[in-house]
Amino acid sequence: MGITGLFLISFLMVHCFLNSLIFINDGGETFNLGAEFMAKNWVIRAMEIVLFGGLLWHIIQAAVLTRENKKARPVAYAASNPSANSKWYSRSMGLLGTILLIFLIIHLRHFWVVSRFTDEITSGKETLFNEMKEVFSQLWVVILYCLAMVSLGYHLLHGFKSAFQTLGWNHVKYNSMIEKIGVIISIVLPVLFAAMPIAIYMGLIK
Amino acid sequence: MSGNMNLTLKVWRQKNKNAEGKLVNYQVKDISPDMSFLEMIDVLNEQLIVKGDEPIAFDHDCREGICGMCSLYINGRPHGPKDRITTCQLHMRSFEDGQTITIEPWRAASFPIVKDLVVDRSAFDRIIASGGYVSVNTGNAQDANSLPIGKEDADLSFAAAACIGCGACVAACKNASAMLFVSAKVSQLALLPQGQPERYLRVHNMVAKMDEEGFGNCTNTGACEAECPKGISLSNIARLNRDFFVAGIASDN
Repeated sequence: MGITGLFLISFLMVHCFLNSLIFINDGGETFNLGAEFMAKNWVIRAMEIVLFGGLLWHIIQAAVLTRENKKARPVAYAASNPSANSKWYSRSMGLLGTILLIFLIIHLRHFWVVSRFTDEITSGKETLFNEMKEVFSQLWVVILYCLAMVSLGYHLLHGFKSAFQTLGWNHVKYNSMIEKIGVIISIVLPVLFAAMPIAIYMGLIK
Repeated sequence: MSGNMNLTLKVWRQKNKNAEGKLVNYQVKDISPDMSFLEMIDVLNEQLIVKGDEPIAFDHDCREGICGMCSLYINGRPHGPKDRITTCQLHMRSFEDGQTITIEPWRAASFPIVKDLVVDRSAFDRIIASGGYVSVNTGNAQDANSLPIGKEDADLSFAAAACIGCGACVAACKNASAMLFVSAKVSQLALLPQGQPERYLRVHNMVAKMDEEGFGNCTNTGACEAECPKGISLSNIARLNRDFFVAGIASDN
């Protein structure tokens, strides 16, 4: 889970950086350039396959772990006070991840399917930027994306530092740094991602 | 006496391993706040014996917090509401007059219930037997003293060796994982020169045994560290993971 998790975080960073190009507010010119580069570069195309493999592996591992862990405690406690010893989001990674998976299916339908399996964008009829403006003109989409980003924030808040622990990359000199970077990533990435639909819906991005 | 307490207890009663168990309500009166939790159960058991009922079976031995025998999941936490203590070190002053206290056994597939609140923790013994030892003759006291060991390593090893094998980590973990226990038993030897010859074989065998015994997987919630009466650190789990990784890619076994 650690390796695949960190790999997926590295993807999120690239994704977030490229999409943040819309904040330049130049009518999507720079953003479209970036999108075109990503669509045509063969290295990126190959990485797309690795990315889906990584995502699938992350999900399979989670399913296997959850099954084994449920089996390890067949009878639940009658009285339980888990908040006394651990954070709710560290115990709810499966739930947060499921919310993210549902969001991801809708999100892929919105953008990935349109750009990869229709000729809308490749034919030059439409740009990804315009697609974004159209999708984010619907209020329910904006709300869904924001809620998903809250899930992402908490998922990363546990996931980032947990990955280092799982991989044994742990040292008194670097532990506090890992913790801080984890907190920063879990705030910056979801906030930037959520700002995109909000800004477009409010008409701040022309 | 003034200040004494009346309490309602909900205690898990189960005749044997295969019987159905259930929570049974008991009233205890005039409990001194200076009693230990186990002494309070002793009082209840005296009452039950006088009435001709079966006393509640529970694990206990040294009653001074060093043997790891006492267990009990009290009001949703292993060893009760206080940190860094065992149940025998828990006093009734940590509760309030009139309170209802739920007492359950450790819950894990790998810790089957023997009777009432007693669980079979021999899975831990089998993990130790699979590699938690050194096969070299370590000599006498002066031989140990002649081996130079860094103060930091000695301290870390000693802190890991403080584990009393009570199983609170498994009880607290939402996955019933034994990683904190196994990591302490791996670390206490991995940090010392005497542990080096079998270092990677040990971690490999002990983790294999842990999985075979049916404990869950570690998802790093940290509940074990928070509930450990001896303050065993999560950094031991990171060391276990590191050694396990090295054992997987670079050792002969």
